[in-house]
Amino acid sequence: MPQLIDRRPNPREKSLGNRQRFLRRSREEIKRAVDQAVNERKISDAGNGGSISIPKRGIKEPRFRLSPQHGDRQRVAPGNKEFVTGDKIKKPQTGSGGSGKEASDSGEAEDDFVFSLSRSEFLDILFDDLELPDLIKSSLMDTAVSEPRRAGYSSDGTTPNLNVLRTMRNSIGRRIALNRGGSSKLRELEAEAEELAENCDLDISQRTRLAHIYTEIEELRRRAKRIPFIDPIDIRYNRFEKQPVPMTKAVMFCLMDVSGSMGEHEKDLAKRFFVLLHLFLQRQYERVDIVFIRHTHVAQEVTEEEFFYSRESGGTVVSTALDTMLDILGERYVVSDWNAYVAQASDGDNFSSDTARCVELLDEKILPICQFYAYIEVLTEQEKSRFSEPGSGKELWRGYHGLADKWANFSAKHVVSRGDIYPVFRELFAKRKQEGRL
Amino acid sequence: MTKQRLKRGKKASGNNRSKLLFESADWDFETIQRTYEAIEDIALNDLGLSVYPNQIEIISSEQMLDAYCSVGMPVMYNHWSFGKRFVAEEVMYRKGYRGLAYEIVINSDPCISYCMEENTMAMQTLVVAHAAFGHNHFFKNNYLFQQWTNAEAILDYFEFAKRYIAECEERHGPRAVEDTLDAAHAVMDQSVFRYRRPSKLKVGEIERRQKERRRHQEENYRDIWRTVPRQDKDEADDDESQKELAERKAELNLPEENLLYFIQKHSPVLEPWQREIIRIVRSVSQYFYPQKQTKLMNEGCATFVHYYIVNRMYDLGLISEGTLLEILHSHCNVVFQPEFDDPRYSGINPYALGFAMMQDIKRICDEPEPEDLVWFPDIAGSGDWRGTLKSVWSNYRDESFINQFLSPRLIREFKLFTVSDKATAQHLRVDAIHDEDGYRRIRADLASSYDITLGEPDIQVADVDLRGNRELVLRQTVRDGVVLAEQDREEVVKHIHYLWGYDVRLEGISGEDGGSVFEVAVGEDEDA
Repeated sequence: MPQLIDRRPNPREKSLGNRQRFLRRSREEIKRAVDQAVNERKISDAGNGGSISIPKRGIKEPRFRLSPQHGDRQRVAPGNKEFVTGDKIKKPQTGSGGSGKEASDSGEAEDDFVFSLSRSEFLDILFDDLELPDLIKSSLMDTAVSEPRRAGYSSDGTTPNLNVLRTMRNSIGRRIALNRGGSSKLRELEAEAEELAENCDLDISQRTRLAHIYTEIEELRRRAKRIPFIDPIDIRYNRFEKQPVPMTKAVMFCLMDVSGSMGEHEKDLAKRFFVLLHLFLQRQYERVDIVFIRHTHVAQEVTEEEFFYSRESGGTVVSTALDTMLDILGERYVVSDWNAYVAQASDGDNFSSDTARCVELLDEKILPICQFYAYIEVLTEQEKSRFSEPGSGKELWRGYHGLADKWANFSAKHVVSRGDIYPVFRELFAKRKQEGRL
Repeated sequence: MTKQRLKRGKKASGNNRSKLLFESADWDFETIQRTYEAIEDIALNDLGLSVYPNQIEIISSEQMLDAYCSVGMPVMYNHWSFGKRFVAEEVMYRKGYRGLAYEIVINSDPCISYCMEENTMAMQTLVVAHAAFGHNHFFKNNYLFQQWTNAEAILDYFEFAKRYIAECEERHGPRAVEDTLDAAHAVMDQSVFRYRRPSKLKVGEIERRQKERRRHQEENYRDIWRTVPRQDKDEADDDESQKELAERKAELNLPEENLLYFIQKHSPVLEPWQREIIRIVRSVSQYFYPQKQTKLMNEGCATFVHYYIVNRMYDLGLISEGTLLEILHSHCNVVFQPEFDDPRYSGINPYALGFAMMQDIKRICDEPEPEDLVWFPDIAGSGDWRGTLKSVWSNYRDESFINQFLSPRLIREFKLFTVSDKATAQHLRVDAIHDEDGYRRIRADLASSYDITLGEPDIQVADVDLRGNRELVLRQTVRDGVVLAEQDREEVVKHIHYLWGYDVRLEGISGEDGGSVFEVAVGEDEDA
C-alpha cells in the first residue's frame, strides 16, 4: 500500500534562504546591474523588479575538469551513414563533440547569467547607498495600502464581527414562521393555569379549560425545546473587504538645468533624486503624473528621453522654468484636485539678475500652492568644501537661502554623492509625520 | 500523516461497465490509489520486482523547482549555489524554454517519488510505473547502491546536515560557513571512496600480527649478514630518507584518492565544526556516486519497467487506447536518439540506449538469432528474460553492462561508430563502424566512455610532511595527455589551500612515462 501524500499545501518558497544567500553573494554585481537598469528605465517604472543579468565570473563554482582541448580521446557516436573504417574526417572549425563544450567554456566570461528580481529585492538594492532609514524603506516598498471597508453581511465570520441586529431579525422571522410562540404567551398561560388551580371548585368548562391549558403549555415547552431561539442559520456577520485607500492625485514636476555644465554625474544624481521622489509619491497617491521641464535660458516641457539625454546650449535663466511650470499647473492640474510636488535639480548657476525673480515667484506664487518644493544643488567635492558655511553657495543657493526658514514645505540641499540625496526627503517625511499621515 | 484531498477530478465511471481504471484526464487520489494497486500487481507478480515501500508525493511546479535546485533532495542544507540554480531555472521555466521533469525519485527507504500536480492521469500512471517501481527496484537491488548508500538513514542524515549547518551559521557566522562549503564543493567530485577500505584491525589482532612478525624475524635471523661491509654513507642517507618517506606514506595511508577525507582527517588548521561540514559534503558526494555510475542502467531499467507495465495494463483492459497512446507519445520523446549530425545531438541518450539494451536482452532470451547464440551463449534462448534482467540490474554498472550485453544487432541499429580524436592531429580517424570487424572495438570503446574513473580526472594526495613544512602535494595522473582544464584548476587549488592552511602543490604526472606535465602551486609566498 503506498503512502500518498499531498505536499502542495506545504510552506512555499523553500528556496528563499538560498536565493537570499545568492543575492548577498553577488551583491556588487547585481548592484551594478540595477544601477544600469535605473539609468535605462523610465522614472515611472524604475521601481519595478525584472530581469537582471550579471557576469558569470563572480559566481563561478570551480571544479577540477578535464581539458577538452588536450590529449587523445576515443569517441563513440550513433548515426553513421557514409563512413567506413579508416576514413579521415577533417575537424570542424570549432572542433567536434567535445570542442562544443570548449566554446562554451571559453565564452563563459562574456556569457551573462540572467535571472529576475522581485520588486522588493530590486528596491532594496536600489536604496542600498541612498542611506534610507529602514522604516522609510519598508514604507516605500509597500505599495498596497488597503483598509477594511464594510461590505454587506456574510453567514460566516469571526465572533467579534457578529451582527446582532441581523441575527435577531432572522431569528424572529424563523420563530414566527415555525410558530414557536414566545415566552410571553407561556407566562400568560401559566398565570391562568395557576389562577384556575388555586380555585378549588371548578365547573366542568373550567376543568376542561385547565386541562387544555396544561396541554398547551406542554406543547409550547416542547416546541421551545425543538426550535432553538437562535439557530446557526440565523447568524450573520459583518463582512469586510480590503479596499485600497482612496488616494488623491499628485503631479510631480521635474525641473532641471540642461545647460552644458550638467554632466553625466550630475544627471545621474538628479535621476536618482527624481526616482526616489516618484516612489514616495506613488505610495501616497493613487495617480502620479510626471512633467519634465528642462531649461537653459528658455524652458520647455519635454519627454523623459529628451529630458535626460539631450543637451542644449545656452545661458541659464531659471525663472523661465518656473513660469512654464506655473502655466502647466494652471492649464492642466487644478490645484484643488491635484497635489503639486516640485523637484528642481541644478548645478546652482543662474543669470544673476534672474535669481531675485525666482525667489519672488517661489515666495508669492509657487510655495503657497504646492505641497513640497525640493531643490538639490549638485556640487563637486571641491565645491562642497568651499561652501561649508550654511549661507554660502552658488548663485541660486544664496537666493533660495532665506526661503527655507520662511516656508516649511521648501527644502534645499547640497548633493555631492548618492548618500546626500535622502536628507532632502527627511524634511518631507518629518512634515508628513506631523500631519499624522505616515 | 496521509492528508488526502478528494476534490479534484471526477470518479471514473462504474467498474462494472468496464475494467478501465480511469477515463478522464484529471486525477484524484482515489484513482491514483486504484491505479497504483494495478501497477503493483503487475510489477510484483508478473515481473517479480522487489521494491522498498513506496511513498508518492504530489507537488506543485514551484516545489519541483525547489527540489531541482537542491540536488533533488527533499531536505538539503542552505547554500548560495542552490539559490543560483533556482533563479536560473526559474527564468528558463517561466519563459517556457524548458519544461520540468515529470517526476523525481529518491533513493531512500521508503522510496519517495515526487509527481507533478500538472500531470494528467495517464502521465501519473507512467510516472508511478517508472519511478515507484522501475527506479525503486534498481535502487534496492543494484550492488553499488547496496554497497555505498544506506537508504533507511539518508533522509535523517540530510535532516541532520541541514540543522547542523544552520547552527554553524548562527554560531560562526554565515560567511565562514559559506567559505568552507565553497571550498569543499570545489573538490567534491574527487572526494569519494571508489573501493571498500579494509576494516580496521582489532587491538588483539594488531598484537597478534606484531608477534608473528617478530617471530618471523627471529626465525630468519642469520648472523652472517652482520659481517657484510656497510654501504657508502651517502647512499645510506638516501636510503634512510626513502624509508622515512615510505613510512610516512604508510602512516597516512597515502596515496589517498578521497581528498576531502584526507583534509578532514589531517588538515592542520580546520576547526572541529569545519571538519564536520567537510564530512557532510563528502557524504553527499558519496551518496550520489553510485547514481553517476549507473545512469544508463537505472534509466534503462525504469523505462523498460514502465513500458512493460503500461502495455500489460492495456492488454488487461485496464487503460484505454487513448491513455496508452498518450503514454507512448511521451515514452517516444524520452527514448529519442538524435544522430551525431543532428543539431539536437548532445551525446548518447541514456534512456534510449538503456531501454534498447533491456528490450534487446528480452529478445535474445525469447527469440535469439544465430548471431546471438554465438555472442551470448549463456542467455540466448533461455526464455527466462525476467530472471536475466533482474540479475543484470543487480550485478552490473554502466561500463560492465555495456561490455557484457551490447549486441551486434544494437550496434547496427544505432549505427554506432568510433573515432579517435587526437588533439595534435588535423583529422579525426574512424576506427570502427558497425561491421563484423568493428563490433568488439565499438563495444569496448563505448563501455570505457561510461567508466567514470576514466571520464573524471584522477587526482590523489601524493605526499605531505606533517612534521616539516606541511606542504600538501596533489598529483593528477594524466592519461592520454588529457590534463586538467587550466581555467579552473588554480581556483580549485586555492580553495584547497583555504582548507589546508599551508602550501598546496598540484602536479600533473604523465601516466605513460611518469614525466611532469604541469604544476600549480598556491601558498604563502605567492600571497606575500
